[in-house]
Amino acid sequence: MSATTFGWLILAFPLVGAIVIGLGFRVLPGRSAGAIGTASIGAAFVCSVGALIGLLDHPVEERQLADTLYDYAGAAGIPFELGILVDPLSIFMALVVTGVSTMIHLYSFAYMGGDAGYRRFFAYLNFFVFSMLLLVLAGNYALLIVGWAFVGYASYALISFWYRRDTATRAGMKAFVINVVGDIGLVFAAILLIQQLGATEYLAVFEAAPEAFETNEWTIVAICLLLLVGAFAKSAQIPFHTWLPDAMEGPTPVSALIHAATMVTAGVYLIARSFPLFELAPTAADIGAFVGLATLIIAATIALVVTDLKRIIAYSTMSQIGYMVVGVSIGAYSAGLFHLMTHAFFKALLFMAAGSIIAAMAANQNIDRMGGFRKALPWTCGLLIIGALALSGFPGTSGFFSKDEILAFAAERGGMYWIFAIGGYLAAILTAFYSFRIVFRVVYGEPCKEAKELEGGHLAHAEPENPATGEPEDTDVGFPGPDHWIAERAFPMKAAMTVLGVGALFAGFVQVPGVTEVITHFLEGTFEDSTVENSVEVSEKVAYIGLLVGGLCAFLGIGAAFYLYIVAPGSTLRLRDRAHGVHDFLFHKWYFDELLDALVYRPAIALGRFANDTVERVVVQGIVRGASGGVGGLSATVRTAQSGFVRFYALLVVAGLAGLGAYFLIVSG
Amino acid sequence: MDLTWYLVLSALLFSIGAGGVLVRRSPLVILLCLEIMLNSANLALIAFSRSLGDADGQIFALIVMVVAACEVVVGLGLIVAMYRRRLPLDVDESRGLRG
Repeated sequence: MSATTFGWLILAFPLVGAIVIGLGFRVLPGRSAGAIGTASIGAAFVCSVGALIGLLDHPVEERQLADTLYDYAGAAGIPFELGILVDPLSIFMALVVTGVSTMIHLYSFAYMGGDAGYRRFFAYLNFFVFSMLLLVLAGNYALLIVGWAFVGYASYALISFWYRRDTATRAGMKAFVINVVGDIGLVFAAILLIQQLGATEYLAVFEAAPEAFETNEWTIVAICLLLLVGAFAKSAQIPFHTWLPDAMEGPTPVSALIHAATMVTAGVYLIARSFPLFELAPTAADIGAFVGLATLIIAATIALVVTDLKRIIAYSTMSQIGYMVVGVSIGAYSAGLFHLMTHAFFKALLFMAAGSIIAAMAANQNIDRMGGFRKALPWTCGLLIIGALALSGFPGTSGFFSKDEILAFAAERGGMYWIFAIGGYLAAILTAFYSFRIVFRVVYGEPCKEAKELEGGHLAHAEPENPATGEPEDTDVGFPGPDHWIAERAFPMKAAMTVLGVGALFAGFVQVPGVTEVITHFLEGTFEDSTVENSVEVSEKVAYIGLLVGGLCAFLGIGAAFYLYIVAPGSTLRLRDRAHGVHDFLFHKWYFDELLDALVYRPAIALGRFANDTVERVVVQGIVRGASGGVGGLSATVRTAQSGFVRFYALLVVAGLAGLGAYFLIVSG
Repeated sequence: MDLTWYLVLSALLFSIGAGGVLVRRSPLVILLCLEIMLNSANLALIAFSRSLGDADGQIFALIVMVVAACEVVVGLGLIVAMYRRRLPLDVDESRGLRG
């Protein structure tokens, strides 16, 4: 089979899985929905590997294969085709998405076992994977938008999965609304592209763009900025980031899959995919890079003080995506995508470990209440430490190589781009610190009540309640039921975490500077025409100095965390009291929610009130009432002619006839 | 004979009919007056037909008679219906369609 046939099959399996589970949710017995879901994503992964092998048969410069199923719309000579583009970038993304998704489906197979909405969960999850694959395999901007919107819906449905929870439905709506802002940006960008170039196909657009636009011409800058709006909303970059921490209301596997490993990296993919446009608009690319830098630093500082386990990891996700956005915006495409891959491994792993710990804590997510799980949950804690090491960029782990490759590229490009290298390394210290804040608070220290009980063989249970508000909840319609699943007692969870743990530890070795550069070589098929990436040759000297600095940053951060939490426990409290202004500022997440509230939400509400009270009541109602009143008055006047006297009507007829007769007599006379 | 006399007679008959429609209140009499008006028109049509030597006018007159017959059927039917429902046989009393 050819690579494109495999491409269609990649899309087909998750779609069929979603339909089968969605339609058969009443008849599928027990955990079969989970098995079907996992199997269909596994099949999609096998097809991705098949497509990869098919693609490698082609010479490097012929690795962009477009295939069209049919035209589903066409207007004004512009075709909108149901077409896919199989090239190294899309297959790379498909491999990451299907690979990580398979593991997370496997994990959910056990983790969601006690949930009344088990089948609904897998139907949504398969639909999400289908949408994400549609997004990455789409061969034109129109189909990309379709996948983009599907993914937004799937994210909404899964964040609000426990829909009787008020906080969850609100978080889902917030995510959806902010994502729609991004969708609008993307749609406008596509409209501008169609208007300027008359094409939506990636290959046609990228071929036509250099001739149609001068470098930094305002139209191409506007198109790229609109694309960035879409990318930022999906990838939770400032100022569109506030939905991601709230999205942690969803079940933990959802956080792992959608809000860490795959969906939120769609923005990175979009920038990398549209690289010929961004190279024509360096201004827009620089803006993207600066936003990425701001996000990676701000999110890292917030992660220092947040106490909700999942939210710490969520802020860390924002921060790491900031690295990727910086990477793909400054031209380090393969480095940014390499980080995307390693991040998918270690971040999904961290979330899975967090899910296991939260289950052991009977759904409590506050790290202040946790501690000393190392004996109770040895497997989970081991993998949590592996994930944290990779996130910190500890030498030898995957995050070490991928993060430093971006920063070394920035340093090598020089000039203004030094800022990104410096900012990135500073944030790396913070990253290492907050990663090990989790480790030292959760794994080490005095065992908490639940940890002690678990050591005695008893898994903690609690009445179902909303962790945010403490309100009791009913569990009959899809809530985390009374059963909890920890990795130590569920083989599928253990297996999934182990596979990702191996990935988090060793995936970095596919791309060691100067030794193995598998990813860069593979992605050459897509990025061979890039003027920016090819103009910067990262020398081995810079690369290894970068690795050295990165390793030092990791040690510094871990050392600081070790000192504050292990050597001198309690010192963080004193630190907090001494700098409570800074702490408050960080604890309130730099007041971004309040800022957006004041800048967007309140004016929108005020505008709505004004429209309702003034425009609607006075202007619109005035026009309507005036029109109906005028017609009513006129008809009342005319109505009096209808007296009901037949003889009066006859008189009118006769008089009219006489009048007409008289008129004709006069004019003819 | 001169056409004028026929037309004068026709106009007189028409005026009598129209006057009857306007002043009388009994539906039966109004129907009779309408017949007079229609037949005055027939008289004029036939007079013109003879005067011009053209048969078209007579054909028109025949058609008017057909219409008149239909009209009488409907009108008398209405009157019988009113009588059976014990409604007053007075057109000024039947004012249900006033605005």
